[in-house]
Amino acid sequence: MEGHITCVICPVGCKIAVRKEGIEYIIEGNRCKRGEEYARNELVMPRRILTTSVKVANGHLPLVSVKTSRPVDKAIIREKMNDIKKLVMEAPVYIGDIVLEDFDGEGTPLLATRSVEKADV
Amino acid sequence: MNKLKTDVLVIGGGAAGMACALSAAREGVRVTLLEREARIGGVLNQCIHNGFGLQFYQQELTGPEFASRLMEEMQVENVTVISESYVRDINVRTKTASVLSPKGAYEIQAKALVVSTGARERPFGSLLIPGDRPSGIMPAGVAQRYVNLENYLPSKRAIVLGSGDIGLIMARRLTLEGVEVVAVLERMPFPGGLTRNIVQCLDDFDIPLYLSTTVTGVRGNGRLESVEISRVDENFVPIAGSQKTIAVDALILSAGLLPQVEEFDEDLEIDAVNRGFVVSNTCESSVEGVFAAGNNVAVFDLVDYVAAEGWIAGRHAALFSLGKNTSGDRVPVFRGQNVGVLVPGIVDMEEHLRLYIRLRKPMERGTVVLRELAMEKKFTFGVPSEMIQMVVNKEKLLPLMDSGRLTVEVL
Repeated sequence: MEGHITCVICPVGCKIAVRKEGIEYIIEGNRCKRGEEYARNELVMPRRILTTSVKVANGHLPLVSVKTSRPVDKAIIREKMNDIKKLVMEAPVYIGDIVLEDFDGEGTPLLATRSVEKADV
Repeated sequence: MNKLKTDVLVIGGGAAGMACALSAAREGVRVTLLEREARIGGVLNQCIHNGFGLQFYQQELTGPEFASRLMEEMQVENVTVISESYVRDINVRTKTASVLSPKGAYEIQAKALVVSTGARERPFGSLLIPGDRPSGIMPAGVAQRYVNLENYLPSKRAIVLGSGDIGLIMARRLTLEGVEVVAVLERMPFPGGLTRNIVQCLDDFDIPLYLSTTVTGVRGNGRLESVEISRVDENFVPIAGSQKTIAVDALILSAGLLPQVEEFDEDLEIDAVNRGFVVSNTCESSVEGVFAAGNNVAVFDLVDYVAAEGWIAGRHAALFSLGKNTSGDRVPVFRGQNVGVLVPGIVDMEEHLRLYIRLRKPMERGTVVLRELAMEKKFTFGVPSEMIQMVVNKEKLLPLMDSGRLTVEVL
């Protein structure tokens, strides 16, 4: 097995060469350590950071943007979006607040990536 | 009429304007920042995806997090923000502006100006696509604003025209929110966006990308009902017989960004290729004491570049307002072969040179050559969508004094 993987960890987008020798994966062409981890995950269990938004009640905006604190199993993302749609946060929400304690069943929290103030009544 | 005196007046509170206001304030001068919207942050507020900040903050952030960092740092500095404001009239030579806002009208006298007005999306009207003019046709950034800020889903089944990064990001975003994204079309034979976005936005969600394909007609009575797509030849002429009709209720356009230079284009010099203001590496425009930074100079790939340029503009604008002459000898920069977008247009010997170069075509391998400096940088897998950045310390710029020019070419 041999091929290239484009790393999505950062905008540099390293083109990483991967091949299998016996049971070992040989990973080359990554410019940082995170690239090696990314390439290995791509071969075993691809992971992505999910960024989306969650409804806010009584806020100056109707939504707060959120992200998973670390990359999560890509395969569960679309199904979990249905759970996220049901969430409603009460304003105020502050950047870094935990929106959901355990997003993926592995203890990865969903965090607010901005603050939403209480709306002026 | 409120009369206001300030040292540095910054027009536009996006990434460039915020970084600029912050760095100017840190030089100890009074800074006034004008913002069109209710809150500063610009397009970062709606770019809820991650991938920002790796260079500027050495940390991976989402757009709102990047904006929040800048806002927090600004709060402790001497920056006056006038939100929901609009520049009615400006004189770049006397550096006076008359500004309207809900708080009233202002007559602002500044010592230095920074124009950080960003870019606008290329509108549907400029694409000259025949057919009806129904609702449901919108630029990707508008769709992004609807979905990410206003909680409004503008489509059930959409097609994206243009494979720039915003189009790719929105293809994923709409898919995650339950919209069926039929395809992304690109009239060029290669994708417009970063490879990583092709991977994580399209491949991850099995969204097809059709290259050398464009929209040749739109149909709909009131609301968009279908688009006609066609393959195009190497001259972008639609190939007869290749048309297909696809039923969609939204056409999302990612046809590129245009630097927003209106109101200033009669006073400040514009670069014909970049379509933005000509600036030096001190971010000074063709008018003394007027600086420009960010996507109104050229459309940059990364917000990190935009913020870095804003930072430099802020420092030089502050020093100028203090009467400290920060500019030295200058030479013009010329494009050699294979060079498209190129920043800056002028090298000032008093500042390090940060070059941003966009290739005219994909190149598997190549070398950027700074001819008169006898410097080069090799690269592999170069594509027009990914700028090449080169930094030259000012100590190494001396040969330009003899040559009187710098030529940037890609071989």
